Amino acid sequence: MAVPIRVEHLNASFGAFQALHDITLTLPAGQVTAVIGPSGCGKSTFVRCINRMHEETPGGRVWGQIYLGDEPVYGPDVDPVQIRRRVGMVFQRPTPFPTMSILGNVVAGLTLPLGRKPRDLEAIAERSLRQAGLWDEVKDRLHQPAVGLSGGQQQRLCIARALAVEPEVLLLDEPCSSLDPISTGKVEETIMELAGRYTVVLVTHNVQQATRVSQMTAFFLLGRVIEFGPTAQLFTNPSHAETEAYITGRFG
Amino acid sequence: MVSESVATTHLRARRLGLSARRVEDQIRRRRMVDRFMRGLMLASVVIVLIPLFSLLVYVGQSGLRGLSLSFFTNLPKPVGMAGGGMANAIVGSMILVGLAALAGVPVGVLAGMFLARSTSRLADTVRFVAQVLNGIPSIVVGLAVYGLLVLPMQTYSAWAGGMALAIIMIPLVTLNTEEMVRMVPRDLNEAALALGIPAWLATLRVVVRAALPGILTGIMLALARVAGETAPLLFTALNNAFWHQGLSNPIASLPVTIYTYAVSPYPEWHQQAWTGALVLVGMVLVTNVLARVLGRSRYDRR
Repeated sequence: MAVPIRVEHLNASFGAFQALHDITLTLPAGQVTAVIGPSGCGKSTFVRCINRMHEETPGGRVWGQIYLGDEPVYGPDVDPVQIRRRVGMVFQRPTPFPTMSILGNVVAGLTLPLGRKPRDLEAIAERSLRQAGLWDEVKDRLHQPAVGLSGGQQQRLCIARALAVEPEVLLLDEPCSSLDPISTGKVEETIMELAGRYTVVLVTHNVQQATRVSQMTAFFLLGRVIEFGPTAQLFTNPSHAETEAYITGRFG
Repeated sequence: MVSESVATTHLRARRLGLSARRVEDQIRRRRMVDRFMRGLMLASVVIVLIPLFSLLVYVGQSGLRGLSLSFFTNLPKPVGMAGGGMANAIVGSMILVGLAALAGVPVGVLAGMFLARSTSRLADTVRFVAQVLNGIPSIVVGLAVYGLLVLPMQTYSAWAGGMALAIIMIPLVTLNTEEMVRMVPRDLNEAALALGIPAWLATLRVVVRAALPGILTGIMLALARVAGETAPLLFTALNNAFWHQGLSNPIASLPVTIYTYAVSPYPEWHQQAWTGALVLVGMVLVTNVLARVLGRSRYDRR
């Protein structure tokens, strides 16, 4: 079930450098929000704060609050591991686990932690692979090594792996950066189909991709949110000069 | 090396503002330097390989004569009697290496994992200690274990020998494991963490699993290395002309037996020493080759 993501006065830093300044916005449930902006503007950092991955970076510090629905992400009683099971993430480069098969990779989120494993792993894998749009291509070779897949397939495998844990939110950090146009198209199709069931946050440096795929868009610059609103409106009638300059390609 | 046509040379010359002859001279000089450097590298390779091959050939020739089934199954016999063997030394070496591995492998691998993951002062200290231990002469290790274990126990023993070898083995395995775990891309660990897997499980079941071939290779190379150590055993396991009487007593080992036989005045024992050396070199060689073969990742695309 998708939940809204409410960000309140979020700040983040790497050592002495402050990457995010006082970010406040609410990402609506069940919709795809694109996060755009030039290199170094803090979009990846922002997204990594949502699933508490930023603090895993050496020197990473976060202050402020984020709510998944009604529950806080940061706090002395909050277990980051639990947050990460509710928030899935797909990274820029595909990261299939090299020692596992395709099937093994998809259900890794369920089999690697200690505790009882669900009985119907194959069924879960099939459902996740179908959602990621990869089932037809791999159904006959589930036990082959995952590293044998092409880049686009590996990335969709990573999406399936994230979905198998049944998160409420899916974070995608420039998932198509290392893919060719056809694979990119397939991943974009997948993302559009995921909307509704999941709250999706898509970081992208490709503004056309943002217009194709998202319902809301946030424009970041130097660690601040300059503009945030419905995609159609932001792109046809931006209210800030910097936004217009960026989306028309004048910088970034 | 690309050969240029006359036309290309003239084109390049004109672009550089030089005469065609200057350019041709430059190209010729470059080719000569290239050929000279290649020759130098080839000569270096040959020079490096000569000691290895001459060693293998010499040991092989000298030791082959004494190689027989009885060598592997018989105990040493008094000088003058035929049919003596080094069965006890071969088994003894395996026991000592086994004892060393029992302590060395778990401690080394876990320490290596810790070093690769942690950036604390403690990690820096541990790494420094491992590097220093690595450089300590093996005879000093033997003497230290003599004081620590042999004197209190009032006996030479296989335990002491195993401990000395373990002390030599641990830094090797630790530093190698750390290297192999570090080589696993950070992405993999992050991907595992992002799935909601606790950090220590992510390290163990994803990162270490990916580094496993390299770690295993390191372990086997360390085993091969300690199998040949002689000095630390001189003061700890001593030697034994018979089968060992339990691990709390002296035990025979190949390196020490080879040494004892080699410095003896008997030609029959010299021959036995050569054969022992051949067996030892053979064991080390096989372990090294096995380590490289097994070390190839299952999913290596070759």
